Amino acid sequence: MAILEVKNLNKSFGSNHVLKGIDFTLEEGRVLSVIGSSGSGKTTLLRCITSLETADKGLIKVNGNVVFDSENQHKFTKEEIRQNRLAVGLVFQSFNLFPQYTVLKNVTLACELQAKKRSDWRSNKKQILEEINANAKDILAKVGLSEKLDSYPCQLSGGQQQRVSIARALAMSPDILFFDEPTSALDPELTGEILKVIKDLAAEKMTMVIVTHEMAFARDVSDHIIFMDGGVIVEEGNPEDVINNPQQERTKLFLSRFQDNN
Amino acid sequence: MFWEVTLDLLKGFATTVEIFGLTLLGALPLGLIICFGSMSRFAPLKWLIKTFVWIIRGTPLMLQLVVVYYGPGLLGAWAQELNSTNAFINWLATWEVFDRFLAVMIAFIINYSCYFSEIYRGGIESVPKGQYEACQVLGMTKTQTFFKVILMQVVKHIVPPMSNEIITLVKDTSLSRTIAIYEIIWNAQSFAKSDGLMWPFFYTGAFYLIFNGLLTVIFGKIEKKLDYYHN
Repeated sequence: MAILEVKNLNKSFGSNHVLKGIDFTLEEGRVLSVIGSSGSGKTTLLRCITSLETADKGLIKVNGNVVFDSENQHKFTKEEIRQNRLAVGLVFQSFNLFPQYTVLKNVTLACELQAKKRSDWRSNKKQILEEINANAKDILAKVGLSEKLDSYPCQLSGGQQQRVSIARALAMSPDILFFDEPTSALDPELTGEILKVIKDLAAEKMTMVIVTHEMAFARDVSDHIIFMDGGVIVEEGNPEDVINNPQQERTKLFLSRFQDNN
Repeated sequence: MFWEVTLDLLKGFATTVEIFGLTLLGALPLGLIICFGSMSRFAPLKWLIKTFVWIIRGTPLMLQLVVVYYGPGLLGAWAQELNSTNAFINWLATWEVFDRFLAVMIAFIINYSCYFSEIYRGGIESVPKGQYEACQVLGMTKTQTFFKVILMQVVKHIVPPMSNEIITLVKDTSLSRTIAIYEIIWNAQSFAKSDGLMWPFFYTGAFYLIFNGLLTVIFGKIEKKLDYYHN
């Protein structure tokens, strides 16, 4: 069964029709890359699936749960939307770390707030907090930041900050992890460390959707690639086919701009 | 004579500090309420608050003092002359001038909460949208987002303008002598009137300087404490 299902997704901002009927599915443990030029609707697609924007029309199902359905009149309560969001993680282009907290606290904060809802929170508080801390430290070790637990985001490089934000998303144990151009705000020499973290996650069978401009990376890490242009999916398929042997004119034109880099 | 003057000025300065402290106590929270009003998505409320803030910030505090102090009494006298049987007019006719000190507190608290509200608004709007979105995707509620993530960043941002405004408040308290509050300037003036002495006037400056020096040190400490990170 598909872990992510998107059907006929439409979204407009005013008269600007950004998504014009997007359809795709993603199986558990797979990595999907979404490529396309700026303004093609990639980021909006991500923001609709993570409920940062509300789509106008269509259906979104995450892990069997309907998180958006324009056919069904059911209005999601704020609490339901919050619950739905817990199934997805999002890594932003601009990190959006909390500047006043240490690296460790950035990763544990949301988990702690979430744990307060547990029925055994009062009786078991100390142990729960210890578990959250231990889990956060494990994840930070995985992204290579064990040395930086007590640093503040402003003391870290862009690449380190982005790794904290990946750790922060992972700590919530999402079913799917979304990346919105995770390396676009970084110096070229720092993108490598982020791409390595994503590759490691892929090797662990984390389900991921990556919006990226790194073509070589998209080809190497993904199981499936979608090329978007003008709010529609122009071409999709396995990475070798789409990147090395595109069929559509628009895909060829887009990829030709990256030729120098590959 | 020096000690006599010092003692009298100290007594006046106690009133100055009282006005200062009570104004802060009232205006800090009231400013936050006005701030939320001016940022409201309900347009009529937003514009009502914005107009109010414009009037208060657009007119001298001295004028506001006079209006608050004499206004109710004048309104009451006018209502009495109408000799109406209307219950509302009769109620207005019972209005008298406020107690002087109460009038000062009302005028100062309203005036300063309007200034504070604008500083708060600037602080809240300075927090990037990405911070709210990060909280959203991490499943935080609006209350958690505000208190756990946004508030600290707002506080850091508003400390410098707030310290400026609070130091101005110390000096603005001298305006209350307009309606005969016996604060430090009034007391100094009484020496000029009765004994022909000018130096007590100049002497008051020392009181303001010491008090504001103290505030500057405190705010400097707070700023330094919040300096462990930057955005």
